[in-house]
Amino acid sequence: MASTDAAAVRADVAIIGAGLSGSCIARQLSAYELDIVLLDKECDVSMGVSRANSGIVHGGFHHNLKYLKSRLEIRGNLMYDRLQRELDFPFKRCGILVAALNDEEMKYIDHLYTQGVENGAIGIEMCSRERMFELEPKLNPDCVGGLHAPGGGVLEPYRFVFSVVESAQKNGVEVVTNFEVVHAERAGERYRIHAADGRQVEARYVVNAAGLFADRVSEIFGAEEFQIIPRKGEYFLLDRATEAAPQRVLFPVPTKVSKGMLVIPTVEGTVLIGPTAQEIEDKEDVSTNADQLNLILDQARKMVPKVSQTDVITAFSGLRPALADGDFYIDISAKAPNFIQVAGIQSPGLTAAPAIGEYVKDLVKKAGCSLVEKADWDPYVSKLPRIRDLGPYEADNLVNANPAYGNVVCRCEEISEAEIVEAIRRGHTTLDGIKYFTRAGMGRCQGGFCSYKIIKLLIRETGMSYKDIQKCGAGSELLRDAL
Amino acid sequence: MHCEGREGMKELQYDVLVIGAGAAGLAAALEVSRNNASCALVERESHLGGILIQCIHNGFGLEEYKEELTGPEFAERQVQAVRAADVDIFTDTTVTQLNAENDRKEAYCYSAVYGVLRISVRAVILAMGCRERNRGNIRTPGTRPAGVYTAGLAQRLVNIEGYIPGQDVVIVGSGDIGLIMARRMTWVGAKVHAVIEIQPYPSGLTRNIVQCLNDFDIPLYLSHVVSRIEGKQRVEKVQVSPLTNGIPDEENSFEIPCDTLLLSVGLIPENELSKEAGMEINPQTNGALVDATMMTSIDGVFSCGNVLHVHDLADWVAEEARRAGAYAVRYLRNERPKRQIRIKAGANVRYINPAMFDPDNPDKLYFRSLIVKNQAKLQIKLDHKPVKEVRLSHVQPSEMLHVKLKPKDVAGWNIMKDSVLEVSIE
Amino acid sequence: MSQQEPIREMICISCPLGCHLSLYKDENDELTVTGNKCKRGVVYAEEEYYAPKRVVTCTCPAESEVFPRLPVRTTTSLPKEHIDALLRAAYALTVKPPVACGEVLIENFEGTGVDLIASMSLGAEQ
Repeated sequence: MASTDAAAVRADVAIIGAGLSGSCIARQLSAYELDIVLLDKECDVSMGVSRANSGIVHGGFHHNLKYLKSRLEIRGNLMYDRLQRELDFPFKRCGILVAALNDEEMKYIDHLYTQGVENGAIGIEMCSRERMFELEPKLNPDCVGGLHAPGGGVLEPYRFVFSVVESAQKNGVEVVTNFEVVHAERAGERYRIHAADGRQVEARYVVNAAGLFADRVSEIFGAEEFQIIPRKGEYFLLDRATEAAPQRVLFPVPTKVSKGMLVIPTVEGTVLIGPTAQEIEDKEDVSTNADQLNLILDQARKMVPKVSQTDVITAFSGLRPALADGDFYIDISAKAPNFIQVAGIQSPGLTAAPAIGEYVKDLVKKAGCSLVEKADWDPYVSKLPRIRDLGPYEADNLVNANPAYGNVVCRCEEISEAEIVEAIRRGHTTLDGIKYFTRAGMGRCQGGFCSYKIIKLLIRETGMSYKDIQKCGAGSELLRDAL
Repeated sequence: MHCEGREGMKELQYDVLVIGAGAAGLAAALEVSRNNASCALVERESHLGGILIQCIHNGFGLEEYKEELTGPEFAERQVQAVRAADVDIFTDTTVTQLNAENDRKEAYCYSAVYGVLRISVRAVILAMGCRERNRGNIRTPGTRPAGVYTAGLAQRLVNIEGYIPGQDVVIVGSGDIGLIMARRMTWVGAKVHAVIEIQPYPSGLTRNIVQCLNDFDIPLYLSHVVSRIEGKQRVEKVQVSPLTNGIPDEENSFEIPCDTLLLSVGLIPENELSKEAGMEINPQTNGALVDATMMTSIDGVFSCGNVLHVHDLADWVAEEARRAGAYAVRYLRNERPKRQIRIKAGANVRYINPAMFDPDNPDKLYFRSLIVKNQAKLQIKLDHKPVKEVRLSHVQPSEMLHVKLKPKDVAGWNIMKDSVLEVSIE
Repeated sequence: MSQQEPIREMICISCPLGCHLSLYKDENDELTVTGNKCKRGVVYAEEEYYAPKRVVTCTCPAESEVFPRLPVRTTTSLPKEHIDALLRAAYALTVKPPVACGEVLIENFEGTGVDLIASMSLGAEQ
């Protein structure tokens, strides 16, 4: 990520964690006359919790309004259309279906419907069996009815974060990556924040949006004690050619611990199935496991019988940073001055993220920070053309203007050299960074054909040595030696 | 070459478009040109020869050129012939869309040099080759660190770019690419610790087992799988499990420390363009369903080489492609078979290609065995009646077989409209 | 002879049959081979036992932007004991294009009568 070296950056606000919450908070605050620094321990933004989740903008019926997460979900959902216009990220309100497979489950649908209506979820609809099959012909024939929430949608979480961060940067936010906070102390009216590699940042206000590590960061700042419990979710990604692709996001009736295993038509045309839900110990354990993966296939087939293991192109897992009570914890710390906690942001964190930005902006103000609007705040980011979105005539014009758009580097996702070069110029200089920014390597061959081309482009564009090319961060170097 | 512009986009017209310039595309294009049809050959890479270029080992050309060549040498002979012929070659050009349902077919091609090209033709020959199956396709659990490569990608990195992806290597799959890479990695100074094969028998040629594994004392674990990949940033070790009744036996698993895992776990014909064009696919081969003239379910679209079915030998790819080229030209002249009957894969035969048989023009059939056997017998039946028998000294699933029927074989056959030819192995 | 342990076992690669050969030595130090289904098995076993040879294929550094490595091979099979030295020699060469496929890069390597040749042509680059 294009980031500052931050030998001794002095800021008004430091936000720790450049995931969905942190980036939305940064962008929201970038509308005011503040010096803001956004810190992340990874090599790029969105490489923690926000890298791997279901990518769903929820429909507002899963939780009771007594929860903060539910209130922020409702508000966040409504903010997405405008954000899409401003930030140019792929987003589709495809709608959500919850399918009941028996009468017992249908009773729970009743409950979800009532809750959704109370929450003000727009357009929510109880569906008969017939209506369900009209909306989704690929459903399991055992489906007896369900719920339709047309306001639900899909997006790629990292792609959204990239856009939000770009907008924040455009409005003056400094992004510092590879910055793992290990220590902090008060220095007058400020915090002095130390990174593992010795770099320092000073800030008057600190927002703790550190995801899985929010408990650790809270401890470092002498703030509240709490524990983030990582809950693993494993997924399979299916080829865009799969016959199992539904029109809408398909949910089973939720269980006590999770919203269940979904079949998700991603905004980019692939299909995601999962997630599992398993409490684990290690906050860095994003491995996949044979038993869980089998479970995913079984459960997904209960929604769409056409799900086939031959369509699987990759498996991955993500971690939910859960708190014991299951709700978000967003508040001004009672122990550490000018320290704001944004913790426990699990599902529906993506949906809520824009609303979390607003909410935290108000908390920053409440904590005493004066917010003066910038006269020249620009909510828009420049649109990046993607050849696969264009017809041949439009593409021809684009290639005439920049021939690198004519060089298809990633054949599976149809990503051109120009798009990859643009990602590199924006600071995405690892294979994963480029993959998450452009989609190159995310398709059916999983980088088998294009990885070496991307390595060569990285060397050409940055002048870095082959030895320094990483998959994602220090230690993940791809090439050990040369002949 | 006719060139006319519309809104600036370049439009070209030919008799035949060949997509892909590997062993198949080069042979097909040459044959089209020899038969005096105009031909465009479109290749997405900057070089001709496809994957042959990175196959620097020997073992090519014994059938095509009657001498043993390396991959680049085989490609160079093909390329020289095509360059000398009247074929228009477009490198660095990717076909992104094929509209093939009409008499005149159109392909949209993206290129940094030409911009977007619209190539309009009467016949198309698909020769896009195949891709490697990857970790996701075999669903290997564990972490997702750097150091997991398909064998072909590693081959590219080592042989063309000169990079060494890792020093301590485990290879999954005993297919020929995996075996060749075991030797290649050893010869560039890496240590290959093991080759892990899920089947009870090796998938590659015996010659490669001997010369690429035994020569270097690399152990081959048959009926084993890599059941877990470990390592946070880079591969640190893999867990290897024997298979008991097809299930990984956790108790008898062992670990191999390594920094690199190479996957040689099969190839899949790259038919995405074909599927989008609406072609029928044979689920046994993942290639198009073709008739006796190598024509797919779309009139005027032909398929050959590894995009039709995965071959063991480039020589056979070239041979098959040449026939596809010749049939495409006959199609241009409206020379179509008078009659065709269905061919069926019988006992112990995984698939047979093509799927139709022209009794008036008997031709070569390629097929694969489901069993390992010495002194096997190929049995061909017409409507359940044996019509031909061929002795096969040795059959195994990893070695493609072929048989060529001759007019005298067919002479006495009583062929009806709905007759079926069944090919089985005993 | 059946009681005697074979001195070597090998798989014949003269054809796809892959006969499992057992090699024995009699009191006169004569080699005998069992397990072969044809004469080629004996020829293979004798060569593999007394003078094993391999075709070596590898790459040399090339002064080229497009192909930084030039594929090379030995003209015929090389006695096995020379392989490591040949690899080192090949990696130490630097080839300047243009080079034609078949061009000799190392002649009569270590007196074996085997040459190392380019197995791909590289045109001159600007």
